[in-house]
Amino acid sequence: MIEIHNLQKSFGKTNVLKKIDLHIENGDIYGIVGKSGAGKSTLLRCMNGLETYDSGNLMIDGFELKNHSDKDVRKLRKNIGMIFQHFSLLQRKTVYQNIALPMECWGYKKEEIDQRVKELADIVEIKDHIHKKPRTLSGGQQQRVAIARALSLRPKILLCDEATSALDPKTTKSILSLLREINENLGITVVIVTHQMSVVRQICTKVCILEKGVVANKGNVEDIFLHQPQSLMNLLGEENDEVLPATGKNIRMIFSDPDVVKNRCIISTMARDLNVDFSIVWGKLEKYRDDVLGSIVINTAHKNEELITRFLTEADIKWETINN
Amino acid sequence: MSTDIVPLLNTIVLPELLNTFYMVIIATVLSTFFGFVLAITLTVTDKDGLKPNRAIYRLLDFIINIVRSFPFIILIVAILPLTRLVVGTSIGVNAAIVPLVIAASPFLARLIEGSLNEVDKGLIEAAKSFGASDMQIIFKIMIKEAVPSLISVITVAVINILGATAMAGAVGAGGLGAVALAYGYQSFNEVVMYGTVFVLIILVQIIQLSGNYLYKKAR
Repeated sequence: MIEIHNLQKSFGKTNVLKKIDLHIENGDIYGIVGKSGAGKSTLLRCMNGLETYDSGNLMIDGFELKNHSDKDVRKLRKNIGMIFQHFSLLQRKTVYQNIALPMECWGYKKEEIDQRVKELADIVEIKDHIHKKPRTLSGGQQQRVAIARALSLRPKILLCDEATSALDPKTTKSILSLLREINENLGITVVIVTHQMSVVRQICTKVCILEKGVVANKGNVEDIFLHQPQSLMNLLGEENDEVLPATGKNIRMIFSDPDVVKNRCIISTMARDLNVDFSIVWGKLEKYRDDVLGSIVINTAHKNEELITRFLTEADIKWETINN
Repeated sequence: MSTDIVPLLNTIVLPELLNTFYMVIIATVLSTFFGFVLAITLTVTDKDGLKPNRAIYRLLDFIINIVRSFPFIILIVAILPLTRLVVGTSIGVNAAIVPLVIAASPFLARLIEGSLNEVDKGLIEAAKSFGASDMQIIFKIMIKEAVPSLISVITVAVINILGATAMAGAVGAGGLGAVALAYGYQSFNEVVMYGTVFVLIILVQIIQLSGNYLYKKAR
């Protein structure tokens, strides 16, 4: 569990982090998003002591980094793996030696290292490349090696600093599903810093949006994406671009419950049961982890408004009317 | 005249060639060692190093610049008392090694510092992230990763030291430089002078080619 209270940090006169409060539970896949310069990488680096902070608290399972000696911080880092945008592998060592390095540094026995390296190579699916040098591998494969290295000391937390930003969309997807597997099968908490919203959509359970060193919004990914706070809009670069009819009444139906989208034929049922006409004028459904979430805007005559909204409320579907 | 060459070769050039080897090898080993010590201290105490320390960095930086400002021939003379203190004499090959090491160490320190600074900072961060100690970062990450670059800078330094031994020859160190000067130039024997230069050219070529070969192998 990572608990952050009132964390502040400045580089010279620039306040990079201002009063950050964050709570990351064990087993979360926590996304920290924001534009470049928002302070997200600095925040991540504070979590394993690569960066220091000026005031506030940051506790990892009750352990406050700030109050401890170098040696204790090094021990703590055994429990926190980290992967980077540019993989940070030693080019002169083979894949095998790269994965083995952390264990070597911690004085593990040769047989133990050998067994663990093979096990990890299996998990990240790079068994066939184990004796190659990193530069002969593709970006995705290199990141897999880096993940294996980060997992070698059996950490409880994995920090990902823009880990997929240098990869193409397809490779990104495969790395993300690997991270999710690791989270689910090994029970490792994953903290992801990224500027790609697709990353958050695909695997994060919770998200925090940083804006100029301040937490603008945080919470469950679904809630944030459904309510679309301004900070999210800023990040997505989507100004309110809905084009809606000026006449009649526009009602937004929010599909937050995946069940509704999949099984309940809600649109046709509503039309049949109420015997009213309406048009679908806007809509956006997107994939979040395994579910489909989003909203559909329908346009209808003013007189149908009450009928429809009552139906939606009874059907347990969130809705809102849009003023035009 | 060509009949003079063979005995000259056996009695003078060959032993002095061995003297040159001796000076170059000992001076390279010692100055590489001191160069590493200085370079590691510089890299570690640099402002974005592992243990930034402005005072130590500035002091070392200053001393290195001062020593490097000396023209080598002046340095030899200037440190004669020190040379006498260390090896007990101010002439001969051993006496030449002292100024050679003093001149080459700061030079190597700068070159090695450059090599170490070129190591990807991300690697150092990654090593920190899995809890490597500073010592491990220096020896297992930085030096290990810089090996190819270190090979090429040491090659440069060896050739530099070879050139410097010739200059040391002028002040009684012996070696090929002294041969070219005493038996060639000052004896008006052009065959010996150019012959010696030719031997030096071959030596430099061999050193550079071996350096290139090792560099490619290490990458």
